[in-house]
Amino acid sequence: MMFSIFAPAPPRGDVSLGEQVLHRLHLDGQLLLALVILALAGLAILYGASNQDAGLVYRQAVRVAVSFVVLLVVAQISPQVLRLWSPWLFALGLLLLLFTLHSGHIGRGAQRWLSLGVVRIQPSEIMKVAVPMMVAWYLHDRPLPPNWKQLFPLAAMIFIPVLLVAIEPDLGTALLILSAGAFGVFLAGLRWRVILLIALALAITTPIVWHFMHGYQRERLLSFLDPQRDPLGAGYHIIQSQIAIGSGGVFGKGWLHGSQSQLDFLPESSTDFIYAVLGEQFGFIGAIVLLAIYGFIIARSLLIALRAQDTYSRLLAGALSMALFTYVFINSGMVSGILPVVGVPLPLVSYGGSSLVTLMAGFGMLMSIHSHRKLLAT
Amino acid sequence: MARIRIRNEWLERHQFSLRVIVVGSVGLVLMLAVVARLFYLQIVSHQHYVTLAEGNRLRTEPVMPPRGLIYDRNGVLLAENRPSYELDITPEQVPDLKTTLAALGKIVDIRPQDLKQFDDLLKTKKPFQPLPIRTNLSDTEVARFAVNRQDFPGVDIRATLSRYYPLGAVTAHVIGYTGIISQDELAKLDPEQYISTSQVGKIGIEGAYESLLHGSVGIRQVETDAQGRVVRIVSRTAPVPGKNLYLSLDARLQEAAEKALGDNSGAVVAIDPRSGEVLALVSTPSFDPNLFVGGISPADFARLNSDPMQPLFNRALRGQYPPGSTIKPFLALAALNYKVVEPFKNLMCPGYLYVPPNPHPYRDWKAGGHGEIDLPNAITQSCDVYFYTVAMKLGIDRIHQYLTTQLGFGEPSGIDLMGERDGVVPSPLWKRQTQHQPWYLGDLVIIGIGQGYLLVTPLQLADGVAAISMRGQRYVPHLLHAIGDPLSGAITDTQLHALPPVEESYAGAWNIVVQAMKNVVATWQGTAHSIGIGAKYSIAGKTGTAQVYRKRLGVFGEESEADIPKALRDNALFIAFAPVNDPRIAVAVEVDHGGGGGATAAPIARAVMDEYLLHEINPAPKPP
Repeated sequence: MMFSIFAPAPPRGDVSLGEQVLHRLHLDGQLLLALVILALAGLAILYGASNQDAGLVYRQAVRVAVSFVVLLVVAQISPQVLRLWSPWLFALGLLLLLFTLHSGHIGRGAQRWLSLGVVRIQPSEIMKVAVPMMVAWYLHDRPLPPNWKQLFPLAAMIFIPVLLVAIEPDLGTALLILSAGAFGVFLAGLRWRVILLIALALAITTPIVWHFMHGYQRERLLSFLDPQRDPLGAGYHIIQSQIAIGSGGVFGKGWLHGSQSQLDFLPESSTDFIYAVLGEQFGFIGAIVLLAIYGFIIARSLLIALRAQDTYSRLLAGALSMALFTYVFINSGMVSGILPVVGVPLPLVSYGGSSLVTLMAGFGMLMSIHSHRKLLAT
Repeated sequence: MARIRIRNEWLERHQFSLRVIVVGSVGLVLMLAVVARLFYLQIVSHQHYVTLAEGNRLRTEPVMPPRGLIYDRNGVLLAENRPSYELDITPEQVPDLKTTLAALGKIVDIRPQDLKQFDDLLKTKKPFQPLPIRTNLSDTEVARFAVNRQDFPGVDIRATLSRYYPLGAVTAHVIGYTGIISQDELAKLDPEQYISTSQVGKIGIEGAYESLLHGSVGIRQVETDAQGRVVRIVSRTAPVPGKNLYLSLDARLQEAAEKALGDNSGAVVAIDPRSGEVLALVSTPSFDPNLFVGGISPADFARLNSDPMQPLFNRALRGQYPPGSTIKPFLALAALNYKVVEPFKNLMCPGYLYVPPNPHPYRDWKAGGHGEIDLPNAITQSCDVYFYTVAMKLGIDRIHQYLTTQLGFGEPSGIDLMGERDGVVPSPLWKRQTQHQPWYLGDLVIIGIGQGYLLVTPLQLADGVAAISMRGQRYVPHLLHAIGDPLSGAITDTQLHALPPVEESYAGAWNIVVQAMKNVVATWQGTAHSIGIGAKYSIAGKTGTAQVYRKRLGVFGEESEADIPKALRDNALFIAFAPVNDPRIAVAVEVDHGGGGGATAAPIARAVMDEYLLHEINPAPKPP
């Protein structure tokens, strides 16, 4: 089988046993393979980023395994069922979000966690998939492109959760939810003049947003604009991360080698800044290869969206693909210093569990969309 | 009227595909921007960031060179480096210096002067350099700190080497000591070489040979983590240890001389006349030089400094004494050289000498006088009248000329120790300049018996008697015999500095003077005949008793020595060498207020010569 995003969907007869199994399990072989490669590479990078902390890598491996199970389970749910669940999941997510703000756990100065007996969940993570699902659900049985009147409910279903998450405060997740919803609306064919108008409105409201921003959020923005402003404070992350990447050179200092990550100069090296560890240890080549893997996954996901057979599937798949892009772009952009520092993890590589589960649930949906197509010629 | 829109599945699909292409393209462009950024960071600016990363993790630290060791002529260790523990504070890493110092004071003993020294260092050193707050921690203190270490960020124990003088007070005036570098000293030292050194040689050999003993600083590059803790040593340029010094000093002799001096304050200098090598240089009372290492406490310093016996005063080097009769052999040499006397022609000594216009006579020490006496006997019996006459016949100019240019009095001997005093050989010019008075005949007469303005140091006396023993051959006295390189093991002998021989135009002069000095010890008329008894070698010597107080005439004649307080008693002096015809040791002894030279000083010289000549282990210095 040719390993290409343009490979045709498996035909009915005369296929290998492996492809039959994959098809039965509603999985896309290419996407799955790319995800597995990414997950394994991620664990290796994490080992090098955490000062060879085997326990930490083991815990992450368990989470990765669990998230793959989630992917497998979600892939079995047909897009029709997903569509029917969409408003309920959105409503549940919204409720939990409100509840979190009211009585959630405070971790690192932000109320993000909600304890449900044995498990602690981040309702904002639910919204990462619930918002694009809701947008797709809303637009599913309406003629496209969306008209002016539809824009208001769409704006409400995107901005209410985004604002609720932003005041937690969790700027990174808010940004991801916003991007997932906005990409859904954009892919639905939102007229260019509307987009232009929104852009204009944003330009006007930016100073107002600045006014309502938390001090540390402003600091991050300012230190992004001029890292040397406060080299040991807010600018420290950016400077140390660029030193790590830059000193890696073409081929890197080698796995488990790298003074920036091994000697703790690089803060949050296992989580948000793990891409800098990759850049230091594996160099330009390693950084490009990882981007290429993401590029392949995003392209494959967009292909699934292009081939989807109804509006809901199409918009959801497209929004989820571009949400992944947003993840990767924001993370690599902030670590390399072309974007401000926002707390966005690098999918499947950064240490952490909750975002992993939503991420893989999203890939489960993509696989479901891909594999539940009605097999008739269009 | 509401516009009814009809769904067009194909159009929607087409629209969606177009939008996917748009987001895909924009996404690709953005990712290429990241790639371009990576290219800039990792390829274009790679070197810049490598430098920054290295600067992050690598720190260059100086490594103190171990100070050279000091040995005596037989390989006895006189100064060594002992491992000790030092408590260092890195000011930059201490959150609150004041509370830290207060808390530290409860665990280890921090004296006020430690705090003062630390404050001084704080002003000159950079905040990331560890500075010593305490040196020489006791084992208990080390243990106490180790247990509480977590409470003291930025405070660390450092194993270091500290100077130790095994013989303590016995060698203190020769070896000197090291101490904390003062601001003034810092200005004169190479800051690069002394960056990790906190101690410097202050006086003695330690001070004189600082440049040899110190060595060269080493450099080690250490890798540190973000907290500044050393993770590993990356590279190391080993320091070059200081040179080991092998002195001509004989520790046994040093000890014997100190013991012989006993409770007296005084000085003993012994020289090997064949080379100028100093065998012993003792000044009593002495002090424990180990007190000064790492900074002496004000209490200890006050005690030493205010002691009326002046233990810190190096009498051998800096004590300036009237030589008394010990000057007589030297004057005899001058008289023979300038042919102002006939050595074997008798002179009448009635016990006094009138020198007009002075109405009072210059008296001889021996009431009734020596009768008819020639030059050799005048030396042996120390006839004062004879030498009053010699002085007058020579005149002050010739005396000054001969004592300074030929015998080294009145100027530093050039020994390799710092702080040596000149002594005084007076002249009319000198008197005019320093006393603002004209030169009188009376000033000249008493120079004949080593009184008046004439002042010598014990070292100069030893140097002078060494020249007599060698019949005029002179060497610059010195202590450094050889320099050892601890790396190669090579030992280089130092050069001897021979001086031009003493000018002596009278053919038999040396024999006359030496024989006369031999008779001082060997004949019963000799003023030091008591020390000749039982000697297993021949000794030549000359006694001296220098007046510091003019005795009053009482009803029953002159006051006896025992009646005057000790501080006013005469200084006892003795110069000697042995064996007479094969001199190996020349000695000068000075005992403050010791009374008669023959009774007090001569036995000390005998003890020193016995120790050296009868128990000589190694004739030449031999490193271990």
